[in-house]
Amino acid sequence: MSMSAMPLSALSPGQVGVVRGLAGGRGLVSRLAALGFVPDAEVTMVQNFGQGPLIVLVRDTRVALGRGEAAKVMIVRRGSSNGRGEC
Amino acid sequence: MVEGNAKGRAITVALAGQPNVGKSTVFNMLTGLSQHVGNWPGKTIEQKTGTYQYNGTTVHVVDLPGTYSLTANSLEERIARDYIIEERPDVVVVIVDATALERNLYLVAELLSLPIAVVLGLNMTDVAEQQGVRIDPHVLGAALGLPVVPMVASKNQGVRELVETLDRVIRGQATFTPNRPEIRLDHRVVLAELQRLVAGQVPDPYPEDWVALKLLEGDEEVTGMMRERLDGTHWEQVHAILKRHEDAILAVAGGRYEWIGRMVRAGVTRPRAGQVTLTDQVDQVATHPLWGLLLLLGILGLVFWLTYAIGAPLQELLDTYLVQAGAGWVRETLASAPAWLVGLLADGVIAGAGTVITFLPILVIFFAALGLLEDVGYMARAAYVMDRFMHLMGLHGKSFLPLFLGFGCNVPAVMGTRIIDSPRARLLTILVAPLVPCTARMAVVAVLAPLFFGRAAALVSWGLVGLSLALLAVVGMLLHELVLGGEHVAFIMELPLYHVPNARTIGLSVWQRMVAFLKKAGSIILAVSVVVWALSALPGGDIESSYLAQIGRLLAPLGALMGLGWQMMVALLTSFVAKENTIATLGILYGAGEEGRGLGQAVAGVLTPAAALAFLAVQVLFIPCVATVAVVRQETGSWRWTSFSVALLLVVSFAVGIAIYQVARLAGWGV
Repeated sequence: MSMSAMPLSALSPGQVGVVRGLAGGRGLVSRLAALGFVPDAEVTMVQNFGQGPLIVLVRDTRVALGRGEAAKVMIVRRGSSNGRGEC
Repeated sequence: MVEGNAKGRAITVALAGQPNVGKSTVFNMLTGLSQHVGNWPGKTIEQKTGTYQYNGTTVHVVDLPGTYSLTANSLEERIARDYIIEERPDVVVVIVDATALERNLYLVAELLSLPIAVVLGLNMTDVAEQQGVRIDPHVLGAALGLPVVPMVASKNQGVRELVETLDRVIRGQATFTPNRPEIRLDHRVVLAELQRLVAGQVPDPYPEDWVALKLLEGDEEVTGMMRERLDGTHWEQVHAILKRHEDAILAVAGGRYEWIGRMVRAGVTRPRAGQVTLTDQVDQVATHPLWGLLLLLGILGLVFWLTYAIGAPLQELLDTYLVQAGAGWVRETLASAPAWLVGLLADGVIAGAGTVITFLPILVIFFAALGLLEDVGYMARAAYVMDRFMHLMGLHGKSFLPLFLGFGCNVPAVMGTRIIDSPRARLLTILVAPLVPCTARMAVVAVLAPLFFGRAAALVSWGLVGLSLALLAVVGMLLHELVLGGEHVAFIMELPLYHVPNARTIGLSVWQRMVAFLKKAGSIILAVSVVVWALSALPGGDIESSYLAQIGRLLAPLGALMGLGWQMMVALLTSFVAKENTIATLGILYGAGEEGRGLGQAVAGVLTPAAALAFLAVQVLFIPCVATVAVVRQETGSWRWTSFSVALLLVVSFAVGIAIYQVARLAGWGV
């Protein structure tokens, strides 16, 4: 079954995703990883108006991300058929 | 550990922590007014140090910059880890936020891979408990193998216990057997291979296993260092490994978070998710694209109202009873002294000192407001709301607040850029900040525009504000692309929980900024004020025949391009000390008295409307006052960037002035 990874920026408010990987340069990956965006981490979308920056909750922390930065975090939606059997 | 007798010994403790964990509050509680604020050697980042005494020991506390990790992602992270590795403090106290324990332990995981004693200050335990998060410090401490001190620093709880624990650690009485994080199994072989390759080649004082780990993480600084140290064949092998494992940072970071998961499993109980916290409720408004913007404008309006309601009258009082009175006293007391001495003291020294002093009320109010918004946790929201607009100029959302403050006064605007983390974005903000028309410049426009343009004055004034802001956007974009390399500023920012502000933290931050302004900027302002006075009074004693007038005449050809006589150029030059001088100088030079009465007839006869418009534009865009230039020097730490800023504004202001006059002339309008 194909797991459909999608960019974090595609999540709607309230939806939860599980990080699969990070694209982008080393500096960005390293900064995101330090904040807790590592594989298997849970990310909840808090605010996303479809344009401009957005807010997510990761490891009990509200983090504001530019849309470009959020597009580099690849996630699998929690609750969708991702083969992890959670929820 | 420190050896020897307990009497009279001194130790060094470094305070580490992620941003927004209350680290500065802990630092303030520990050191109080013994603090010394300087810069890290060779850097423009603030360094705070302080001391306290306990049990016969003098403890030097060094506040490290707030960092999420110890990878060389930013200047702050480099400073923090270089300090720990090179200076080897006796103990590192790492302050962690109990409400986001896991993310905070990431820094602890990094610290534990260094051979250094670590004590953990578990801060904000009260907020965590309100959220239903229970942390057992003993169990957590046992898992980590470190002393863990629960604290509520904002209420001065746990600070004494931290001091006692530190004392026990340096006496060797506390357990310190850290459970160091290990790398994930799948990367263990690679790490061992790297360790073998760098063995014996790592420069002092870097630990070999740490260097190998940082290589694997792709740390630029460590990679650069080892590329220089290793011989060709060894480097080739290291490089090949690193290429094969380019995404190892994710494995290393993932491994650290797995370790963190094991550490907190026993000691932390968490509520079921789904609670709506106060922060969530406030953020419904504060981070909304529309409501958030309105809230921001409301807050800023309030700050300005406070400034004018409290700051401006205070400023006037200081001016009347301190500066004017001082100058008057000098004139009276030294009535028999030579005129140049009286002039030097009254018009040079006291006027300069007066400029410095009258800035203080406005600065105190602005910095108190900034400090309050920062401490409450609102600043990050303001930056978030404004980011989409600031982005266009390559600026960060956090650049908005200092720039907005610039409408009041450019001095706090430049000093306020300290809230911007990225050094490039900060520099760019400092460079464009003087293009925000401050009240002093607009006051000059308010006096002159009606003289020149009668009923159209308001239109002209608003036009000049619009022109300034349009230029700010254009110059910002150009500088971003041409001078600073057009690098995309990544927007990643933590939105901290809102919390009750701490008066002591805000008070100390205002106090420190005031001291910095008085010490550094104050001396420059005083010196320039004396020099400009000398130029305007020498050799004859009156301004018409002074050196300043001669410089003005030299600039006459440039002025002619804008339809301006040498008197107008001199007025611009004197505006460098304080913008208000423009009017006084014009009054003297056109023989109309200093009050501006009669100036209208005198000047209107000399200037065409086109030239008058050009003059107002130049005066609004001209190099800012000496106080602003002085803080640009103070904040950039570089005369090169300060000169660049002055040159930039000279070019922009004259170019705009010439363009306005020439276009109007060609169009045959107002000549």
